[in-house]
Amino acid sequence: MSAQVIRGQRKSMSDTMFDVVVYAVAIIVTIATLYPFLNVLAISLNDSVDSVRGGITIFPREFTLENYKVIFTYEGLLQGFKISGLRTIVGTVLGLASASMLAFTLSRPDFQGRRFVSVFLALTMYVSGGLIPAYILMRDLGLIGTFAVYVLPGLVSAFNVFVIRSFIDGLPYALQESAKLDGANDFTIYWRVILPLTKPALATIALFLAVGQWNMWFDTYLYNSSKPALTTLQFELMKVLQSTTQGSDYRDQNMSQVMSQVSPESVKMAITMVVTLPILVVYPFLQKYFVGGMTLGSVKS
Amino acid sequence: MVTVAGQAKTETKAGKRKHFFHIAWQNRYLYAMSLPFVAWVFVFSYLPLWGWTMAFQKFRPGRGFFEQEWVGFEHFKTLFQDDMFYLVMRNTLAMSFMGLVAGFVVPILFAVLLNEVRHMFFKRFVQTVSYLPHFVSWVVVAGIVTKMLSTDNGAINDLLLWLGVISEPIQFMAKGEWFWGIVTASDVWKETGWNAIIYLAAIAGISPELYEAAKVDGASRLRQMWHITLPGIRSTIIILLIMSIGHLISIGFEKQFLLGNNLVVDYSNVLDLYALNYGLGMGRFSFGTAINIFNSVVSLMLLFAANGLFKKITKESIM
Repeated sequence: MSAQVIRGQRKSMSDTMFDVVVYAVAIIVTIATLYPFLNVLAISLNDSVDSVRGGITIFPREFTLENYKVIFTYEGLLQGFKISGLRTIVGTVLGLASASMLAFTLSRPDFQGRRFVSVFLALTMYVSGGLIPAYILMRDLGLIGTFAVYVLPGLVSAFNVFVIRSFIDGLPYALQESAKLDGANDFTIYWRVILPLTKPALATIALFLAVGQWNMWFDTYLYNSSKPALTTLQFELMKVLQSTTQGSDYRDQNMSQVMSQVSPESVKMAITMVVTLPILVVYPFLQKYFVGGMTLGSVKS
Repeated sequence: MVTVAGQAKTETKAGKRKHFFHIAWQNRYLYAMSLPFVAWVFVFSYLPLWGWTMAFQKFRPGRGFFEQEWVGFEHFKTLFQDDMFYLVMRNTLAMSFMGLVAGFVVPILFAVLLNEVRHMFFKRFVQTVSYLPHFVSWVVVAGIVTKMLSTDNGAINDLLLWLGVISEPIQFMAKGEWFWGIVTASDVWKETGWNAIIYLAAIAGISPELYEAAKVDGASRLRQMWHITLPGIRSTIIILLIMSIGHLISIGFEKQFLLGNNLVVDYSNVLDLYALNYGLGMGRFSFGTAINIFNSVVSLMLLFAANGLFKKITKESIM
């Protein structure tokens, strides 16, 4: 009891009030962030006829997997899953290769082209041609209606290069010099010395790239919307969401068939979950990396 | 005399050149690892800038560059005479400004408050949850926002009804005057946790001795926050403020595209969407490009202005 009294005395009234406010804010933020996701999940796992009655919060009332079974009969979704997965893998691998190689060369004080390349890259962060010149360029390069349009335009990102570069700058240069004395050329140094040591930065950038690729829908809309074979998951979700908010004149035969089997609401929620799930799965594993990477990148650039 | 000096000059020049190529040969692997990507950047980031010439032409697809008809500033004149332009400009600036203020102030507040949470586990949990929305796409967020604001069983309407604030559900998504607020709030919901990361890192760098000293002097937690934490992250705040001002006008259009609908178009149309609809939708490439250029130029001007202003006031700068 005496300990309590002492602690109570130390803590002034205003400090207690302060704590109340702080914890209240933290709890409200947590609920406001998590509730929508849990609500969507619950509705997607609930019987679609029952869902229309409303009142579902974070637990399904009549649990069923029927909504998921039904949406997976929709070909566009399976196709989208494949393309989204493929572009995520290809885009991440190529993006990592370009960013790490450029970062390595930029970190080398003895590299002649360092200043030029650095400025050349940095400028791209502030100036861009805009939507229409980009569209015309893609058309002239023959990239419209191809898978390549998902991967090639965004291959090199200045921000990613600078994040990895500042990480490499933190490594002792003596490592490279001793490798050189052992007869290694610059590529060998990059591959054998730098890449293994840069793993935390690479993991961060891999996460950024993968999430960016997975979440992209606009390039499908702009360049490939008439190619069902190149559709992406986000684009399919976008179509479903737009079609039902605007009173639906859905032209996609297959999709309207799916919609008629369960309610449009359940379809929307189930597809939303399918699109979100892969991110929720990888997110905890990469979390320890991206906090460090984010800080590194923003402070330096 | 003159010839001797001339000779010496050419010799050193030749020597320098020799030296240059010698180093270039030594750098050959480094060149091989960077030049292909430089070429890449040239094609995909710099060539579109060349496309800006379209804004000064009566661009017809299929014709070569030299076969285009040059029209000077005609498209810009058309742009400035279009009533739609001013409406779109108003929407762009309004949503940018609201996004700037909210997207800048809320993460700082959140970081400073979260820093005061004493239970490490709880703090980490809140932080982890808070940046979750950053990783989902705007398509998903738009779906969630629409669901939460919907009139049948949307969480927000249900909550407001339960609290007795309103007597019947509000049609949030159908009211133009709500649109700017909805976009801003969605953005805050999606990015607050993520944007707070950098402030939390900066706060972690403040010396604990300062807090100890303040405690000895009898400063309350609120005063410590005001006199130590906030000044401690001042330079981070200023740098991020300048950077976000630089992006003031190029707020993008994803949110507006996905959250907007025909009922609220007067409030949801922004510069990039305007360029998309007029430029690509109607095939008016030149006019659309003029809008893109206008967007970029204003964006750069804002960046330089903001940077210059802060340089004068605080001696902090990003350039």
